[in-house]
Amino acid sequence: MPRLINLHPRRSSALALSALPFLLLLIVYIISSSLRLADNADDKLLPALGDLYSTFKQYALEPDQRSGEILLWLDTLASLKRITIALCISTTLSLFIGLCIGIIPLLRAAFGPFITVASMIPPLAVLPILFIALGLEETSKITLIVIGITPVMIRDLSQRCMELPTEQLIKAQSLGASTWLLIIRVVVPQMLPRLLGALRLSLASAWLFLISAEAIASTEGLGYRIFLVRRYLAMDVILPYVLWITLLAFTMDWMLRTLSRKLFPWAES
Amino acid sequence: MATLTVKRLWKEYGNQVVLENINLTVADHEFVTIVGASGSGKTTFLKMLLGIEQPSRGQLLIDDKPIAPEPDQQRGIVFQRYSLFPHLSVMDHVLLGLEFQGAPFVGRLFGTRRKQAVEKANEMLNSVGLYQARDKYPAQLSGGMQQRLSIAQSVICEPKILLLDEPFGALDPGITSDMHDLILNLWESRRMTIFMITHDVQESFKLGTRLLVFDKLRHDPQSPEAYGASITYDIPLRNGKKTQASAA
Ligand SMILES: Nc1ncnc2c1ncn2[C@@H]1O[C@H](COP(=O)(O)OP(=O)(O)OP(=O)(O)O)[C@@H](O)[C@H]1O
Ligand SMILES: [Mg+2]
Repeated sequence: MPRLINLHPRRSSALALSALPFLLLLIVYIISSSLRLADNADDKLLPALGDLYSTFKQYALEPDQRSGEILLWLDTLASLKRITIALCISTTLSLFIGLCIGIIPLLRAAFGPFITVASMIPPLAVLPILFIALGLEETSKITLIVIGITPVMIRDLSQRCMELPTEQLIKAQSLGASTWLLIIRVVVPQMLPRLLGALRLSLASAWLFLISAEAIASTEGLGYRIFLVRRYLAMDVILPYVLWITLLAFTMDWMLRTLSRKLFPWAES
Repeated sequence: MATLTVKRLWKEYGNQVVLENINLTVADHEFVTIVGASGSGKTTFLKMLLGIEQPSRGQLLIDDKPIAPEPDQQRGIVFQRYSLFPHLSVMDHVLLGLEFQGAPFVGRLFGTRRKQAVEKANEMLNSVGLYQARDKYPAQLSGGMQQRLSIAQSVICEPKILLLDEPFGALDPGITSDMHDLILNLWESRRMTIFMITHDVQESFKLGTRLLVFDKLRHDPQSPEAYGASITYDIPLRNGKKTQASAA
């Protein structure tokens, strides 16, 4: 019998193994739900799968009676727009600032400590300030996400820049590179896959900040909807919405990973 | 053409003296090999020639002008490892220096200028035996191929002085002989001055026209950092390989 650490699953069994926790969760849910419903048919906490499905279908396909909008798409579009704009801003900012801090010692001395301190500010504590200063509209929500994830991304990226072997930088200089050429031909191309990596890692926080902002002040959005229906204990809406958000976040992560592999084949070790 | 003059050169780190009172004149197109015990300051000396470390006292002159205090195209460098760029193919490595020099703003060449550069790069890759591998990335190359690429990348920029810090130290003994032929050929055809650090005394005799030995002249057992190393032997070599390489 080989040691446990040397037992590797085959491809097919790996797939089956990865499905296992999902199935287990599903089974536990079905059992608990049917037990509770058998006890009290009006129980709202763990609705039957059929109820979840029909509510989700209603939100996804039928126009809302009051507004005439299809709520799921209204919410999804609003949320995706906010998070996409915020992610674009954060990515651009962290590439520029991270690079400057990572490569240019003078700028590192000037702004490095500031970024370190800034990344310690709890972003949610700033939210009231944003609402006061920027109003309750889109700007403050997007800003919250940007403030929430950018400092960490900057720190990650500047760290990666500093990890570049000095041999590389010296070699490039001996080939006649100016600081500018060194940045565009040596540093940026190697930082782009790192940037996508940092972006993937901050997706979860980005969603957290999005939903927090939407929960507090909004008129549509996935987070807004969940917190709205919470008042009626509408678990049949909340649970499908949570699954839907998870699916969206997972898809974004998957797309970024695929993009990274396509664009930077050399970065796969 | 490059003559190198070193006058009363000292290097100290804190109160540790690494090099003391180095005096040296190296003529153009010399192949200087450097040997010495570990920690005797060979790499430190090379770093000062490269401009990434500054002397504590004394002068370093190329053609009677003080050496620039940062790396430039006059001085090529080949490290033992880590100097290749993981995101560039073999061809792009060799083009890189030409693109730096030909396009100071965008760092890339286009059209006929690129064609000319690619031709030059092809020639270079042929002479170091990497033409077949020109589309590969560093991670796909063997250790010997990586060092040949690093050498080719520097040499195509036509440096006056080429600095090599144990370039073949991490390679199989079997392929070092090929590498020796390669470096001798390039040294002959491009007329560079070469400084090469090695741990292999045989190698230093085989390649060099001049051998420098770094060692401490004085030694204080109580405080080993009180005295630094100097050049204890400076041996001219009648290099038999030189004529062989030029005949080949
Ligand atoms: N940046 C530095 N700060 C302090 N001391 C240093 C520094 N760089 C080198 N030294 C010291 O200088 C001495 C010479 O180092 P160097 O790397 O030049 O030796 P070397 O001759 O190249 O040795 P090896 O053959 O092992 O490569 C060593 O004692 C080392 O500890
Ligand atoms: Mg050394």
